[in-house]
Amino acid sequence: MTENVPALEVIGLRKEYRVRGAGSTTAVASSGSALLGHPSKRRAPTSLVAVDDVSFTVAQGRSLAVVGESGSGKTTVARMIVGLERPTGGQVVVGGRQRSWNQMGSRERRRRAREVQIVFQDPYSSLDPRMTIRACLDEVLRLHFDWPSERIDARIEELLDQVGLDRRQADGLPRSLSGGQRQRVAIARALASEPRVLICDEAVASLDVSIQAQVLNLLSDIREATGVSYLFISHDLAVVRQVSDDIVVMRRGQMVESGPTEQILTQPGDPYTQRLLAAIPRPGWHPTSSHDSGPEQTPSTESS
Amino acid sequence: MSVLDLEHLAVDLPVEGRLRRVIHDVTLSIAQGEAVGVVGESGAGKSMTSRAVLRLLPHGATVEGEVRFEGRSVMAMDRTALRDYRLSDVAMIFQDPRAHINPVRTVGDFLVEALVERGDAKADALRVVTALLGVVGISDPQRRVKQYPHELSGGMLQRVMIASALAIEPKLLLADEPTTALDVTTQSDVMVSLDTQRRERGLAMLFVTHDLELAAAVCDRIAVMYAGFLVEDIPASQLHRGVQHPYTAGLLASRPSPTVRERRLFAIAGRPLSAYEVGDGCGFASRCAFANDRCRSERPALRVVGASRVACHRSEELSGQLSSHNIREATHD
Ligand SMILES: Nc1ncnc2c1ncn2[C@@H]1O[C@H](COP(=O)(O)OP(=O)(O)OP(=O)(O)O)[C@@H](O)[C@H]1O
Ligand SMILES: Nc1ncnc2c1ncn2[C@@H]1O[C@H](COP(=O)(O)OP(=O)(O)OP(=O)(O)O)[C@@H](O)[C@H]1O
Ligand SMILES: [Mg+2]
Ligand SMILES: [Mg+2]
Repeated sequence: MTENVPALEVIGLRKEYRVRGAGSTTAVASSGSALLGHPSKRRAPTSLVAVDDVSFTVAQGRSLAVVGESGSGKTTVARMIVGLERPTGGQVVVGGRQRSWNQMGSRERRRRAREVQIVFQDPYSSLDPRMTIRACLDEVLRLHFDWPSERIDARIEELLDQVGLDRRQADGLPRSLSGGQRQRVAIARALASEPRVLICDEAVASLDVSIQAQVLNLLSDIREATGVSYLFISHDLAVVRQVSDDIVVMRRGQMVESGPTEQILTQPGDPYTQRLLAAIPRPGWHPTSSHDSGPEQTPSTESS
Repeated sequence: MSVLDLEHLAVDLPVEGRLRRVIHDVTLSIAQGEAVGVVGESGAGKSMTSRAVLRLLPHGATVEGEVRFEGRSVMAMDRTALRDYRLSDVAMIFQDPRAHINPVRTVGDFLVEALVERGDAKADALRVVTALLGVVGISDPQRRVKQYPHELSGGMLQRVMIASALAIEPKLLLADEPTTALDVTTQSDVMVSLDTQRRERGLAMLFVTHDLELAAAVCDRIAVMYAGFLVEDIPASQLHRGVQHPYTAGLLASRPSPTVRERRLFAIAGRPLSAYEVGDGCGFASRCAFANDRCRSERPALRVVGASRVACHRSEELSGQLSSHNIREATHD
């Protein structure tokens, strides 16, 4: 590995989706992304810009958090990085190599899988419902490592233990697990192939705080030991503070702010980031509607 | 009168041909307009408890104890009564929207399902649900109802689920981690609309969450589950003034802070325990820094202590000792 090649770089990423037309096309309302198209022609093909000119770099061994509004394009960025979605524009560079969207053989696919792994926001849909948890981990390990069975078995035990699952759960099907247990299976499976970059899309949101703490400590240990890089998509700013070095804030497909975690969380420059910080539940907090502009939108911050 | 009463609810599920206990003992009531937060360990039985209220348990499940809705036994309802109950009285926001929303039907078709089944005209139903999408902060709802689930983001789909639950104007809402996929400003908007329904219509709510601060802010009481047991039930205002169960105290000590970065997060020692593994003693004893011989041999019953209920032999003795600071110290000894 070359020392100064970034683990991951995205440059000017853009994604447009074709959308079924009829409704209003004017549309940048309270949340969501901008629609392009001609408002007068109702049937004209419309496209929704889900991601608009997003660029960032994750150095080796660093951790970047992506936070932002629901529907702002975070998952779409992640899906483009792992190659599940083809960008409309821009580049994804992993370990110095630009990703192409040509057909690839199974060898190439395997190599890529060891470069970047992702833990999805909704793990149920990404687990094979007919495969026990143990079989699922076994499959990943056999695909990537040429190890004898004993070593594979030992590694399975280690992974299960690290994410706090017991043997009986390991022999069950995904359907027999609770939401948080499934999420931990997804984390174990992603860690199994020992990727250079791990993308976590809301990977710890459905865990209770104690197990979440355990998993976050584990992720930080693994980073220290192996120099893996993280791209951490999360709505929980306390978690973000704990796991990231830098932050990108997204809204309506665009980056509104980025910088070192400590700085963004203590001195947010963008009004949207300020609103996010103000909306974190804490003692004395009460939910307020963002439609009636709350006191958190202080005018002085608009000038920056 | 209470809207919901759970009386010594116990649930067993079939695993490899044998029944295995997943809920031991949950006794809990929710009054009209009241919100009860349910927190607790992953796998503790929070979702199963909510599903039991709807009698929507996995095939082969057996239930002991009683679930009452407005005094009527849900367990004794016949098919027609159960159908009416699910279409008009109680709604559930499922934890994993993508697993519960049919991927090959449009969002609109999913949303109007219950209303149409109840006899509303489709066009009227569509108007109602489209308006509700706006309420939960989804822009351009007319377009969204024509889309398919995979075209929506995780948080949007979660709000579709919330809108579908509110559409039937239920008396009781079972909300299973309804805001985990939402950014905090959107979460705040959603909580405001749920709050409005509570005030205006007396909506009662069972609110499963991992966010203790959120539960403290929006709920009246907080119920804590561990390994299939309800171990503590406290007024929400009490959360920061002294909880009485060491497990709850452990949860509070494990939260990351939004303002300071910890070198290493505290986590409760030991591995999580499944409900069926609990022996004769307290289910938490093997991981509790304060456990003694009695805790290991005799299961503590849930008992009333002040304004709370707690299942811990030592809660009086430990009063004042369960601060997050003490918990971290006690574990590091
Ligand atoms: N396959 C698709 N077809 C059409 N539109 C899509 C598709 N996938 C995503 N979108 C749209 O792209 C936008 C961004 O979605 P994305 O899932 O990236 O948001 P997100 O930031 O991950 O949101 P959340 O926090 O709610 O998960 C949304 O408006 C969504 O509806
Ligand atoms: N279909 C099933 N068959 C057998 N066991 C199951 C089934 N579904 C869930 N379980 C088990 O029942 C227990 C309770 O599950 P439940 O989904 O209620 O947990 P939970 O408290 O909601 O957890 P989480 O916070 O992770 O969602 C878990 O230990 C789980 O493994
Ligand atoms: Mg997403
Ligand atoms: Mg659950």
